[in-house]
Order: sequence, then C-alpha cells, then structure tokens
Amino acid sequence: MSEQGEPRESGAPGESGEPGEPGDGWRRIDKKALLVTGAVMGSVAVGLCLPILLGLSGGSWLGPRARRGTGLLLLLAGAALLVLGPVAAEYVNWRKTRYRVGPDRVELHTGLFFAKRRSLARERIRTVDLAANPLLRVLGLVKVRIGTGEQSGGGESTLVLDPVTRPEGERLRAELLIRAAATPGGHREGVLATVDLGWIRYAPLSFVAPALGGAAAGAVMQISDWFGVQHEVIVHVGDFFRDTSVTMMILTLALAALLAGVVGSLGLWVEMWWNHRLEREPGGTLRVRRGLFTVRSISIEERRLRGVELVEPLGVRLAGAARVDAVATGIGRDDQDKNADLHVLLPAAPRSRAAAVAATVLREPVTPTDAPLTPHPGAARARRLRRALAAALLLPALLTGLGIWLTPVLLHIAAGFAAVALPAAVLLALDAYRSLGHTLSGDYLVARSGTFRRSTVALQRAGVIGWVVKRSLFQRRAGVLTVTATTAAGAGAYSVHDADGSEGLVFARRAVPGLLEPFLETRPETPPGR
Amino acid sequence: MTEGEGTVRLRPPENALDPRAVSWWRTRTLAVTVTAAGTLAVLGWLIAPARPWLLWPAAAVAVLGLLQAAVVPAWRYRVHRWETTDEAVYVRTGAFLQEWRIAPMSRIQTVDTLRGPLERSYGLATVTVTTASAKGAITIAGLDHELAAELARRLTRITQETPGDAT
Repeated sequence: MSEQGEPRESGAPGESGEPGEPGDGWRRIDKKALLVTGAVMGSVAVGLCLPILLGLSGGSWLGPRARRGTGLLLLLAGAALLVLGPVAAEYVNWRKTRYRVGPDRVELHTGLFFAKRRSLARERIRTVDLAANPLLRVLGLVKVRIGTGEQSGGGESTLVLDPVTRPEGERLRAELLIRAAATPGGHREGVLATVDLGWIRYAPLSFVAPALGGAAAGAVMQISDWFGVQHEVIVHVGDFFRDTSVTMMILTLALAALLAGVVGSLGLWVEMWWNHRLEREPGGTLRVRRGLFTVRSISIEERRLRGVELVEPLGVRLAGAARVDAVATGIGRDDQDKNADLHVLLPAAPRSRAAAVAATVLREPVTPTDAPLTPHPGAARARRLRRALAAALLLPALLTGLGIWLTPVLLHIAAGFAAVALPAAVLLALDAYRSLGHTLSGDYLVARSGTFRRSTVALQRAGVIGWVVKRSLFQRRAGVLTVTATTAAGAGAYSVHDADGSEGLVFARRAVPGLLEPFLETRPETPPGR
Repeated sequence: MTEGEGTVRLRPPENALDPRAVSWWRTRTLAVTVTAAGTLAVLGWLIAPARPWLLWPAAAVAVLGLLQAAVVPAWRYRVHRWETTDEAVYVRTGAFLQEWRIAPMSRIQTVDTLRGPLERSYGLATVTVTTASAKGAITIAGLDHELAAELARRLTRITQETPGDAT
C-alpha cells in the first residue's frame, strides 16, 4: 500500500550513528537484556555440557587419565564461548538499539551488522502486546510488540522491543493505544469476564489431551534414544507386561499416554489461563491479561473488531461449553510461540456464559451467534453422508481387497472396522448437517458449520470486503453452492457451506446491499442446470 | 427455498478475455507436456531395464497433454470472464469448480499487472487485484496488455479516490 506505515530500512552501516544519548526522546531497551541472554545461554551450556561430562564419557571423564585435563579444559572453553559470544552480541545489539515515540511516528533503530531503521505511523498502530516469560518476570521486564495490523509483508509491520522494564511497557501501551475517543453507546467498561477455575474441566476434552499423550510417549522414546537406552526401555516395558496379554498391554500403555495427556492439558490450561481477565478500557480497547509463568497482555482496539467467533470443539461442545474468539483485523501472530492464541477472548466456558461475554464484547443485548439460523437444503445432508461413508469405507475396502488376496484375518479386521466406523460416520455426518446454518441478525452476518470444531461466526456486515461464490460439479447437480464472505479480520474469509443456490445468493445480496446486486439475475421459474 | 422470488443466480460477467489467451494457454500446456513426456522418453531410452515403465507413462502424458491442449483452452475461454463497474470488480473462473469473485472498489488495496515471458510474446498481461483480506485476491489472466495497463490505471485511480484504509 502506501509507504506510510511500511517499515523503512536503510542499509548504511555506521550511519545510524549514535542517535543521541538518552534525551532527545531516544530510549534504549533495558540493559538487563544482557543478563537474560547470559542466563539463557548459560542454561543451554549447562544442558549441553553436563550430558557430555556425565553421559557420553561413561563415567571416565573425558579421555584417559593423561589427557583428562585437556578435555575438561576444552569443554569449559566451549561452554564459556557459548555463553560469552551471544552476550557480547547482545551487548552490541543493546548499544545499537534505540527507540523513540515521536508525535507522529514510533521509530526503532537496530543493527547488529546492518543499521536498520524502522518506523510506524502512530495512527496506524493497532496493537501493543506485552509478554513476559518467567525469566523476564523475575527481572521485572517485558517484551513489547507494537503492530499496525497490516496483513501484507509478514512480520515486517511489527516493532519488537525486547526487553524493556514493566512500567515502561505499560507506559508505551497506554501512550500508544489509549486515545481520547468517544465511547459509543456507553456500554459497560471495566472487567467483562474473569476466568473461573472450574472451567479447567473442559481442558482435557479438547484435542490437546490425546495429542499431548502421544507427544509424551514420543518424548520418552526420543530421550531414551539420545542416551542410547531405547532398547532397554522397550525390554523393560516388555518385562513389566510379561504376564499379561498383548491386549492388556496395549490398553495399559494407551491409558498411560492418555493420562499423561490429561495431566499435560491441565498444566497447559493453568499456564495459559491463570489469572485471565477480559477488560474494556476507556477509549474502546479490549484487553486480555492471562498466564501463570508467561504473563501476556493482549490489546484489541474495538475499532478493529469485526465480530466474534464462538468455537466449540466436539468434546467441549458435548460438555455444553464454548470458547470466544475475537474476529479482528491486525491481531499479530507470535512467531516464537505457536500456542499463544492471541485472538482468544475467553477460554472454553459454559455456553451461556460464553454467549453473554460475546454479547458484551459486541455491545449487543444478545449475541447474534444465538440467532435462529436458516437450515440448509437436504442436498447438503446427502453430500455429508456420502462423503462420510466414502471416508469410512475406504479402509475396509482396501483391507477386504488385500484380505481376499492374502489372508482372511484382514477380512475380520475390515468387518470390525466397518462395524465401528460406519455408525460413527453417519452420526458425524448428521451432526455436521445439523451444525450448518446462516442468517442475518442486525448488523451481523452469522454462519455456523463444522462438527469436530463447530464454529459460529458473527461478522459485521460492514466488515465484508468481497464475496467468493464457489460451486463444484457435484454441488451444481445438488443445487447448492458455497458463499464466502472475505474480510480483513480473523481468518480472512468465512463461508456458508452448501446453501441452497438461490437462497444463498439472496442471503449475500441482503447482507451487503448493493455489492452483489448488479451481478444477479432473477429467473421466474427454475431451469435445471447452470 | 425462495418462494415467490423466482430463482436468483449470478449472471456471466460482461467481457471475455483476449482471444489470444487461447493460444497462450495451449502453448503453455504443450510446453509442459513436451517437457514431462520428453524427460520420461529420454530416460526410457537411456535406462534399458526400466524402458516399459517409462515409455508407457511418457505416451500417456503425451496423449493427455495433447487432449488438454485441444479441449481445455477453448473451454476455459468460454468460462473465464470479467467485468468492472464503478463499484466492483467481478470475475468468473473454473469449469469443474466454478468460482465467482466480487470485490468492491472501495476495498481494493493494490492493483498489479504481471507479464511472464510467454504471456509477453502473445501481447498479454495478468491483472491481480488484492483487498485487505488474505483470501480475497482477484486475478484476471490473459488480457491484452494495453487493456490491462489501462484497467490497472483506472482501478488505481478509483481506489485512491476512496478514503479509508479499506478494511
């Protein structure tokens, strides 16, 4: 887009000069950054050298008696290099890094090898997020991410100050985000929601638990492999189960992995959601604060909010709960932490509570996500059934083929699998169909779909910035099509799957008056095809 | 579902692409086919033991490629259509998976024209229009290059006249 807001770079080294010692508005990042790097690299060094010392040398300490001293010395020198090198680099980085909050722009000069000058126009800044891991917290520091929320250009439209002191971080946040804006509607300010520790019961119900369990089992094998004792672990487990049947063994191991997964998911939940609170600040900013060890503060300007999404993963939905996500433009993605989930406003909570929070966030009396939805035609159900059955029958068919060719045992497995998978597939397909729906509710376009992850999105109609209508050959024969509203916020596009052809288009036409209108034509009767 | 309203459907966009696009697509398909089939054939010629395993696929690729070059470009030319009004850009693509894309002028962020070497030799160009949505880009491939430049100029002008940051 315009060059405004794009970070500017210049590659002349040295030219960055010393942009003035503090004063002149220029500030440095905190000097304790050196300590942070030192501590991190120190622990890495210990983590690398101790196993070498203890494990690999097999107790005989680095080589035969005569050369023992040399080996030890080498190791220590390596460790020192490992720590001091990055600390020195960090020192140069600290010396070269300056930032300034000017009247119009926020500027950041960095440059380890290349002087890099970047600046963001202040009126374009949409998010100022603070995060502090335990180490930073002990030192009273935070990492600050200042973002414009532009989708283009990858992380380039984000300035990261890593680290500054906590008061400085809060000051930056307040200075950059809170503008004197008239609050529309005079809706509730202050704390909108806080976490209820009882909600931890929904944590193991998500798909995280089995995944973590599998990860735990994998980690055991991986670590034992590092120390070359993987074989012993397997033999040991084998010994343990010597007197039990294979089925028992598999069941026990699966149960153990699942248990580890449940414990892991509980731990993860506590780490992520401890002390969670969702607030509305004067000036129209939503703020989420949460975290046990790593404390985060995520701000979303309400001007950037285009709606909310109620997300119900299968297990959580069966327990009658839902999560509330913000659909907003310019929510950054923390590249270092994939679990950050910066758009989650409320973790899985009882559905009525989630609906209430969604309504408060949108400043509506009732949340549009609870509006009665238009169901989709029967063809959509038939499509889902057909797809589910095909998926469920693929493996049994393959096994049957192989079974006829090789051994009848496979035929039994195929029959067993089909007996379980077919009813499950039918149930899931019917559930997927039941989930489908769309409607217009006030200023919002509401669309629901999904069975493993049912999502109900309420998107501001003014936030729709285009339409994509798709129709495959099969959909054409069934008389349905998929209408997708594109938006700058959230996932970028939200779809109404398999709506009745004509009704879906009328829905899109009514959602954004004038946009689709000129490209539609009405036929008095229903001609087949096209 | 739409009692009393009749059936509503999307009408085809007004403009066809440049007729030269048919030749462009055909040449492109043939180039890919010749490369793939040729590689297989040369390998089959060199590696005697695997000859039938390489020459038959080469033949299959060649036949399929020729069929595609014969049928698809003309078909695609009929399907791919585009239109711009003062309010929106409207494009239709796809045969098996039909797709209609609409972006309002007020939400357009960038307008790019692109010309590959093959496209250039046919005097064609591709116009890509992006909006603030990561999934809302619209591509019109196979326009006469002067028309494409004119279109890009016009879209850019309209876009710049629209206030706001298009989100």
